[in-house]
Amino acid sequence: MGLFNLFRRTKTFKHGVHPMAHKEQTAHLAIKRLPFAPKMVIPLAQHIGAPAVPLVKPGQEVVRGEPIAEAGGFVSVPMHAPVTGIVRSIDQLVPTAAGPKTPAIIIETYEASRQEVLYGLEQDLESLSREALIEAVQASGMVGLGGAAFPSHVKLLPPEGKSIDTLIINGCECEPYLTCDHRVMLEQTDKLLAGIRTIMRATGARQAIIGVEDNKLDAVSKIREKLVKDDAITCEAVETKYPQGAEKMLIKSLLNKEVPSGGLPVDIGVAVYNVGTMAQLGELIPQSRGLIERVVTVSGPGVSKPGNYLVPIGTPLRFLMEQAGSSSDANEVIVGGPMMGMTVASLDVPVTKGVSGVVVFKEENEDQKNRPVYPCIKCGACLDACPINLNPSMLGQLASVRQYEVMETDYHLKDCFECGCCSYVCPSNIPLTQYFRIAKAINRETKAVAA
Amino acid sequence: MTDVTSIAISVGFMALLGSVLAMVLILANKRLFVYEDPRIDDVEDLLPRANCGACGSPGCRPFAEGLIVGTFQPAQCTVNSKEANKLIADYLGVDLGAENKRVARLACAGGSHVAFIRASYAGLNSCRAAALVSGGGKGCAWGCLGMGDCAVVCDFDAITMNKYGLPIVNEDRCTACNDCVEVCPKDLFELHSINEQLFVACKNLEKGEEAENECEVICTACERCAVDSPEGLITMQNNLAVIDYSKNDLASKVAIERCPTGAIVWFDKQGGYQVGKDAKKIIRKEMLPIG
Repeated sequence: MGLFNLFRRTKTFKHGVHPMAHKEQTAHLAIKRLPFAPKMVIPLAQHIGAPAVPLVKPGQEVVRGEPIAEAGGFVSVPMHAPVTGIVRSIDQLVPTAAGPKTPAIIIETYEASRQEVLYGLEQDLESLSREALIEAVQASGMVGLGGAAFPSHVKLLPPEGKSIDTLIINGCECEPYLTCDHRVMLEQTDKLLAGIRTIMRATGARQAIIGVEDNKLDAVSKIREKLVKDDAITCEAVETKYPQGAEKMLIKSLLNKEVPSGGLPVDIGVAVYNVGTMAQLGELIPQSRGLIERVVTVSGPGVSKPGNYLVPIGTPLRFLMEQAGSSSDANEVIVGGPMMGMTVASLDVPVTKGVSGVVVFKEENEDQKNRPVYPCIKCGACLDACPINLNPSMLGQLASVRQYEVMETDYHLKDCFECGCCSYVCPSNIPLTQYFRIAKAINRETKAVAA
Repeated sequence: MTDVTSIAISVGFMALLGSVLAMVLILANKRLFVYEDPRIDDVEDLLPRANCGACGSPGCRPFAEGLIVGTFQPAQCTVNSKEANKLIADYLGVDLGAENKRVARLACAGGSHVAFIRASYAGLNSCRAAALVSGGGKGCAWGCLGMGDCAVVCDFDAITMNKYGLPIVNEDRCTACNDCVEVCPKDLFELHSINEQLFVACKNLEKGEEAENECEVICTACERCAVDSPEGLITMQNNLAVIDYSKNDLASKVAIERCPTGAIVWFDKQGGYQVGKDAKKIIRKEMLPIG
């Protein structure tokens, strides 16, 4: 194989890291439904953009699938009831993974609530115009299920003078532990392709490429089987490397094009969607339903029943972990993957639309503790790891002396997407990514004050 | 050409060049001269040159300029000694101005012996960093994280961290320069005149029992302080008592008397503070368990 690869290299980008994948725990486990939690918490701001506006009042009964909040603007999506039950309250202070408390709708589940979704109307996609399709995507409450939770319909409308030529469907799943996209590609291939065809029509894209890391070749062959001859959709294997699943990296790997600094993929005629988003759209849009559940990988050494669960949006993490058999000495819970995910401080945090995984660690696996931080030895390991060719070493030194503005003006801090490769390779254990998050937060605040 | 002539030519040329350039400099000095009040330098010499910004100007030199124009009064420099400010006033022949000493106060009393920590944070030792990791792990999402970003940023050593992880402001040293206000990720510091003695040392927006589950010195929004005080002085906003300092003259110790948790306090002018009689007594000295 090694010699073969000399002639035909797998598609990839430069730099990046190779963390232990740990996917064997859940990769072979089929998606399983989870029972309803007795209390559902649906935060109104689960996505990037304006929070949703509640449509229900406390005491009102809701049916599974019914809209309970409408979009608060163009960059916003509606919310739907994940269970049949009664709205207990609209609580202003519900903990979130990020920390600050936000408003949320609390629904008490009826014991007889069924998994079947009765809400929704069949619609004929062929007869819908492009605008109507985009509206239908917004009405479904769909956001990027890969983790960013950016409203999907916004990406369908390129700004004036730009158009989308290529659709890239992200099935890389480069984060360790996570396998939900892998299972979706294997089990929901038809829905995935249906979703892609719908979105191709909505964007007018000429071709669609599904990029999958080459540790999931079973998914690649499964998808290729379903493709017709001379299909506008192709499926490509890319090198297994972190952060292959970052949209800019995947574009570079598949098309050998770079998104300009500070720009968006649409600037080079590309839109990137996650496979989970496409599969859900393929299921929801034909029946004009809303997003009420998603596949979440629950994994890590701290759970006895790891797996890929179909979880209703709004299920508290505590309930999810009980179902997955979390052990009593579990001591660290991360929503998302371990590289870019967020550690949560409270298990009352609900599963939101952007949560792709919950990784639970136990004490003995936590080798991070008491690792002393040493000064930068200027070895340059971070420069060789940074997928977007920044200079994390210099940025880190500037951050330690609080030169946040210089970081942004002279060293392209804004292009950093916090993948964590630099912190991962740093032999001095400098928390570089954390420094950059602070710098970005402070720059954002300074700008907000100035405006 | 002999050696002597070549030397003479080069010396002559350099002399000529020198005088031409000198003329340019002389002309530039005359044409582009900017008059600057010599008193600015003298006044600046009398200022502490800490450039802290507490007076409201960006640094000591702009403050000196303001003093001469009359937009500032010498007493507004809170870092300088009274004698030095008097010297400036005498030198400029202006009024010293009324000193209004302002200090930074922390709107949180939840040290590790009274406020629950729900998750322990490991990583960069900075409040700002901890606040970005799920809020820092403290039960109260508004509370002080206690890693001392404010103590580090303070140029005057006015802030020290006590054993419960709360910053203590030394009011003699505090110049109200605003640095701690800006650095705190939870926006807990406020600048107050020392005449504003009534103060709510809490920012939690939860109510009643929910709030008390997180911290023992929390404002539970029981409204007793608002009811006891003259009307309008204290209002309840989002489950938190808020003092209207424009009515500061009405403030008295009545407001703190019935507070069940001691979240509203009365500062005396020496820098200490007292809580009401009904506030529960905290005798615990050790840290609360995490969880």
